[in-house]
Amino acid sequence: MAVLLGLFTGLCFTVICVIVRLLIVIRSGSKCKPGEKGPVCVLIVAGSGGHTTEILRLMESLSQSYSPRHYIIADTDKMSEDKIRTFENSKKDTGSKGQFTIQRIPRSREVRQSWSSSVISTLNALLYAVPLVFRLRPDMVLCNGPGTCVPLCAAGLLLGLLGLKRVLLVYVESICRVESLSLSGKILYHISDYFFVQWSTLKDKYPKSIYLGRIV
Amino acid sequence: MKRVFVTVGTTSFDDLIERVTSPEAVQELKARGYQHLVLQVGQGSILPDSDSCHELTLEAFRFKDSIAENIKCADLVISHAGAGSCLETLGADKPLLVVVNDKLMDNHQLELARQLHQDSHLLYCTPSTLTETLKTMDLAVLSSFLPGQPKHFANFLDRALGVQ
Repeated sequence: MAVLLGLFTGLCFTVICVIVRLLIVIRSGSKCKPGEKGPVCVLIVAGSGGHTTEILRLMESLSQSYSPRHYIIADTDKMSEDKIRTFENSKKDTGSKGQFTIQRIPRSREVRQSWSSSVISTLNALLYAVPLVFRLRPDMVLCNGPGTCVPLCAAGLLLGLLGLKRVLLVYVESICRVESLSLSGKILYHISDYFFVQWSTLKDKYPKSIYLGRIV
Repeated sequence: MKRVFVTVGTTSFDDLIERVTSPEAVQELKARGYQHLVLQVGQGSILPDSDSCHELTLEAFRFKDSIAENIKCADLVISHAGAGSCLETLGADKPLLVVVNDKLMDNHQLELARQLHQDSHLLYCTPSTLTETLKTMDLAVLSSFLPGQPKHFANFLDRALGVQ
């Protein structure tokens, strides 16, 4: 009986510690300035179709200080790799230095996939995301909405939780989202360090977001 | 030769293809001086023959690597509400009529089309109101769509991350 009570108390204590640690890590974002030490290593989550187009428009604007760039695409995504290579090759032509890689992980969720199977496929993606992020150790994760970004951001957060590296989470909601956030956006709104929306209606609804007008 | 380009992106939108090739709609297009109709039908089950229309020259295909050329040559683009199609057309500064697929449930794509319509960047209708819209539309009310400014994002991020 005493053992059970002890175990239960221990568990509660652990949970409280994890929550406190999580809150500390989440709130430390603004103090984290990886650009001061040199190039910023970015992990870029490229979803399918329009998501990739939007994220590449954002990447176009970033200077060569953002390097190396690791693009993560879903294993079932055929078109994004071509778009990324075309984009990176055009950067090389303009004399921009810096390397890039393209990595694949299992897709977290297909469009219109049911809730229950989405949880399973997202957990599966997490099993790939954690070792990947632990290996790459990015300074920043940049994403804009595809389901693939949730496990990758969670892995980035875990790296910070364990005190291994503070990974900044930068989320840019798609321009298609005018009145409501995407599912990924709703999940990541509370843990992102910088959460951008592109329409003022969303800024009103989500006050912690950053609104700079249309940026893609 | 005034051209109309119809696109449904990667979806299937038989209602739109059917309506835009109907005699009534073709009549309205002809009345406005359009002579060439190009249809990108995507996954739809209707792929009209090029000789199926006698009033206009018709061309139809399913997919292409890029529809940029078709948009560039068009005097009017009639599109489904997909963001990619809308933004690509507006980026090319072409008049855009969006046809909303009212058979799709939970159509969040409507949010963007609605906002762009409110901002007078495009016109808006459903397949059943297409012919009427073609008859009464005034493309002169549309205002240019200014491109987004990713530089604002870059500047913000550089400052926030302490990039030199």
